[in-house]
Amino acid sequence: MSERAIEQTDFTNRPLCLSGRGVTKIFGLGDKRTVAVDHVDFDFHEGEFVSIVGESGSGKTTLSKMLLGLLNASEGEIFFQGKPRDISTGRKKKEYWKGIQAIFQDPFSSFNTFQKIDTVLLDCINMRGGKHLPKEKKIEMMTEACGFVNLKFAELTNKYPFELSGGQMQRLMIARIFLLRPRILLADEPTSMVDACSRATILDMLLNLRDEIGMTVIFITHDIGLAYYISDTVYIMEHGKFVEFGKADEVILNPQAAYTKRLISDVPKIHEEWDLSTVDLLSQK
Amino acid sequence: MGKIMLEVKNLKTKYVTRFHEDVYAVDGVSFTIEDGKSLGIAGESGCGKSTLALSVMGYYFSPLHYISGDIIIDGKNISGMKPDDVRKSILGSEIAYIPQAAMNALNPTQKIIRFMEDVIHAHDPKAGRKEIRERAEARFAELGLPPSVLDKHAVELSGGMKQRTVIAVSTILNPKVLIADEPSSALDVTSQKMVIKMLRELMGKGYIKSMLFITHELPLLYNVTDDIMVMYAGQIVERGSAREMVFDPVHPYSHGLMNSILVPEEGTRGNKLTAIPGAPPNLKRPPDGCRFAERCKYARPECRYSMIPEKSFDAGRMYRCLLGVDELKEVYGHE
Ligand SMILES: Nc1ncnc2c1ncn2[C@@H]1O[C@H](COP(=O)(O)OP(=O)(O)OP(=O)(O)O)[C@@H](O)[C@H]1O
Ligand SMILES: Nc1ncnc2c1ncn2[C@@H]1O[C@H](COP(=O)(O)OP(=O)(O)OP(=O)(O)O)[C@@H](O)[C@H]1O
Ligand SMILES: [Mg+2]
Ligand SMILES: [Mg+2]
Repeated sequence: MSERAIEQTDFTNRPLCLSGRGVTKIFGLGDKRTVAVDHVDFDFHEGEFVSIVGESGSGKTTLSKMLLGLLNASEGEIFFQGKPRDISTGRKKKEYWKGIQAIFQDPFSSFNTFQKIDTVLLDCINMRGGKHLPKEKKIEMMTEACGFVNLKFAELTNKYPFELSGGQMQRLMIARIFLLRPRILLADEPTSMVDACSRATILDMLLNLRDEIGMTVIFITHDIGLAYYISDTVYIMEHGKFVEFGKADEVILNPQAAYTKRLISDVPKIHEEWDLSTVDLLSQK
Repeated sequence: MGKIMLEVKNLKTKYVTRFHEDVYAVDGVSFTIEDGKSLGIAGESGCGKSTLALSVMGYYFSPLHYISGDIIIDGKNISGMKPDDVRKSILGSEIAYIPQAAMNALNPTQKIIRFMEDVIHAHDPKAGRKEIRERAEARFAELGLPPSVLDKHAVELSGGMKQRTVIAVSTILNPKVLIADEPSSALDVTSQKMVIKMLRELMGKGYIKSMLFITHELPLLYNVTDDIMVMYAGQIVERGSAREMVFDPVHPYSHGLMNSILVPEEGTRGNKLTAIPGAPPNLKRPPDGCRFAERCKYARPECRYSMIPEKSFDAGRMYRCLLGVDELKEVYGHE
């Protein structure tokens, strides 16, 4: 991985990118009522690499959908660059989406099965106003983007997404981000389906891309080891609430919440046998 | 030695793509699994794990094509069978298959009990609804799943619960072989443990006779299967017991894979991630010599001359590298 200062950068005096106060999402009514996100406060700064860590069902994806503007909050307010975010009209929403991109766990879900890979990349260039660039320039940009993620553009032309393996697909997603240069990147478990080698490559690329274009990265994961490894700031989520947050070093090396402590002790040690006798199959998880 | 449940001999298969650029995704794979045993397959994205799963099932639907080799399930050679016949008489009853990301591909408009009916009807079209429900409820109860899940839709279940449900449904016909493709990769640790405990119970109770467990996380397999194979670029590069593979991997690639877990301990932040640099070869034109040579720290010119054969060592272990076992252990010892 690229050389990184072990010293933690202080982001708290950088300009605010996304923040939230009392953000809440409630699904369903009556006995089907679920409080998926429960009055959370957060401040994500420009260029900050933030991880949101929690187990399945803790509300990570629901929160990310609200951040993306795909889901309305039931309560609370989200601020964009310090001002209340206004995505009340189609035009305002489009404007907001220009600066925010997302990548997901299942890379195949992000690509249209019927669209060739060159078209996918070309669309990114067009979206950033490069529609009228000469063809050679566009090819040069696509080649550069593929090169950034260790893919060969010449081998991808004329192909469809399903002809790629999962790992190649994840890298193609990062090539898209490279071309789109968003202000904010929301990544929901983007590496849980890839092996350690591809994962290292992808994380490395994400960190380089953050350094190159200075975007804010909101990284969602249940892997606390991974979160520690790559983030500046960590938010720990349990049952829809942030039980702890702070600089990665502080939260992981000196956890205060019982939940954080458990997540840390649960990380599988390579040479250790799991004690499955305590695993309760009847618990409703 | 126990009875052999699954035997695969020198299996070769390919994807036929446009412009005659074939992808040799499974290139001479051999292994056996005995009754009551489980085998894990680990390897990087794109190395051919999912293709191997489909190939072993005889699931040759375009663009996947059989080239050569044998697949023998409990004494019966299925390698010449038509894929449609395989679907009818093998899938579900002889081999159960849990595809990668299956839990996210469940039809959202159907209740879980409908999937159970689909699986049972494929084998026994006359089974009645009441009989199916009784069978399903009994099995769910035995595996620690609340029977109420049968009347839920997939969206109402958590990831872990969904995956355990998929496993319970897929194995209702008590198959001889279960092939599970990354069943726990997307889950958090608590849910992973539940999935693995359930798989062990299925084996322990004899509902499945043997298991092939595919994952990209080699370290995870230590807690899951009896034996482990490491796959690289369409071939098996090492095989041994779980303990041997985790504590004493021999092939430089397996050795690299074991060093790649991220632990939240002081000092790991800001470290270089120990992964294996570079990318696997293109499976359309795999290199003549060792397929890993390009990324191997210990490669010598001779490694690239011709295909490295499988070499046996110790009791029942195998690896595919020009260097001797002692030579490799020596270099690892100095790192
Ligand atoms: N559309 C929906 N309707 C009803 N409940 C929902 C909906 N989406 C999510 N939930 C519920 O909200 C809670 C939080 O779900 P969410 O998907 O945000 O969790 P997560 O942390 O992303 O979990 P995972 O790690 O499994 O992805 C869960 O209890 C879930 O069942
Ligand atoms: N339908 C297809 N047509 C052409 N090539 C394919 C097809 N499906 C897979 N491949 C290629 O075959 C090779 C093996 O793919 P496979 O999906 O078996 O890998 P895998 O080990 O399961 O990877 P992952 O960990 O990403 O699931 C890859 O190089 C892939 O690009
Ligand atoms: Mg989620
Ligand atoms: Mg696969």
